[in-house]
Amino acid sequence: MTPVLEARDIVRDYHVPGSLLKRARIVHAVKGVSFAVDQGKTLAIVGESGCGKSTLARIVTMIDPATSGEMLIDGERVDIASDGLTPEMRRKVQIVFQNPYGTLNPRKKIGDILSEPLIINTSMKADERRDMAMAMLKKVGLEEKHYGRYPHMFSGGQRQRVAIARALMLNPRLLVLDEPVSALDLSVQAQVLNLLADLQDEFQLTYVFISHDLSVVRYIADDVMVMYYGEAVEYGSRDEVFSDPKHSYTKTLFAATPRADVDSIKARLARKAA
Amino acid sequence: MSLLEVENLVVEFQTASGPFRAVNGVSLKVNEGEVLAIVGESGSGKSVSMLAAMGLLPWTAKVTADKLQFNGIDLLGMSSSERRRIVGKDIAMIFQEPIASLNPCFTVGFQIEEVLRLHLGLDKAARRARAIELFELVGIPNPAERLSHFPHQMSGGQCQRVMIAIALSCNPKLLIADEPTTALDVTIQKQILDLLMRLQAEHGMGMIIITHNMGVVAETADRVIVQYKGRKIEEADVLSLFESPRSAYTRALLSALPDNATGDRLPTIAEFLTDDQIFAGAVR
Repeated sequence: MTPVLEARDIVRDYHVPGSLLKRARIVHAVKGVSFAVDQGKTLAIVGESGCGKSTLARIVTMIDPATSGEMLIDGERVDIASDGLTPEMRRKVQIVFQNPYGTLNPRKKIGDILSEPLIINTSMKADERRDMAMAMLKKVGLEEKHYGRYPHMFSGGQRQRVAIARALMLNPRLLVLDEPVSALDLSVQAQVLNLLADLQDEFQLTYVFISHDLSVVRYIADDVMVMYYGEAVEYGSRDEVFSDPKHSYTKTLFAATPRADVDSIKARLARKAA
Repeated sequence: MSLLEVENLVVEFQTASGPFRAVNGVSLKVNEGEVLAIVGESGSGKSVSMLAAMGLLPWTAKVTADKLQFNGIDLLGMSSSERRRIVGKDIAMIFQEPIASLNPCFTVGFQIEEVLRLHLGLDKAARRARAIELFELVGIPNPAERLSHFPHQMSGGQCQRVMIAIALSCNPKLLIADEPTTALDVTIQKQILDLLMRLQAEHGMGMIIITHNMGVVAETADRVIVQYKGRKIEEADVLSLFESPRSAYTRALLSALPDNATGDRLPTIAEFLTDDQIFAGAVR
């Protein structure tokens, strides 16, 4: 089976222009990263701010081109720098961003937000678009009455549901999730993670899940890639990475994650008493 | 005697649809050398109750309490100028967004020396010496050089260290940290939490950590208060809270942690608890 997404040696450089006093320089945001994701699986990309994980998300979503390297979606080579982006390719990959307060246009109704990808990428009629948006609202746990409301009338978790619904309108193969739950409360986070799991089962979706929260990654991922300064320092199945981290940075990351279990509290209190 | 004693604190905001109670009858005590964590989701009133204690809320907020004492002194009855002599000196606060809570127009050196001048009245040379000493204490490399830097020249973690240095500059008796590590990466979070706990132990400060992260609670607190929609739901020492939570809400909160996931689905709070059920177990 060909993987839904395959990346070979992806490199992305940014040119920072110089000025009178500063020399121009090149920032290597992603330095040769390779990975593959099969249908219905979740690849989690973990790393700190500035490690290049969001740059990689933009490349996978075909927002930015890679400087070099090959990307294949469904076995088909994609190069938006030379070939541009066709509606067919756009339909295959969609993205959900971190902050649901910033990604929904406050002047548009939810129904219009959901229909917009269809207007741009398909030739559907208005009533078809409406029916599809209504059906999608129900799929993500909202109701038909929400169709005519504005984003400010929703809570953070509901807005993230709308953002997920919008991403699914074109029936994509691959969904890139850039920190989709880090702006949400714990209980809402659980609801959105459950929703993502349900949708994955229903549509056989493939996820690229970007996060810095290891407890969420451990819960949702099949494969894990750890990035550090633009390089993939660790890549393997979830159990491999979590049970036997190889790279020293991965170990540091695991050690730094606060643990909320009784044993580690006991150990801490014992250290404090001593 | 407790350092901070709050009884039946109520904070109301006037809105177009009548008064809104952000904090509804919360009582708490912090002793010297004790770390209290206040946990809750957004809208639980955890930050507002501490801002009320600091006197930092806008005039639109109506703050009432049966008792609001710091070190035996009544905070509610005093004038705002008297209060400002305590706030920032004996009670200090660290906020969530380190980069936003520093003034971008002034160097970090100016901002820390301002506190030393206002509260301690030190002269110029003494202020600079103390500022360098504080930067060393919080682990900022090249402190003398760093004093002339602006906030935008420093990373988020470094800015949070500056905030901690400013908060500690007058040797406060009580330090309130409002989500001190939420905006930071996990490895930086670890460094900042370790630093805070080390300083707390060395200075014997009372400390209140406001957070929504159960991991941070587990790593820092002696005692924990769980809040929901402005009310106190549970208060317990940290071990018994995690080992045997009494209220249904705390149990739900703990089971929603992905760490504790059993099976494929995460239990969510809304699915099996209504507001009435949550408040039924509320403590005063």
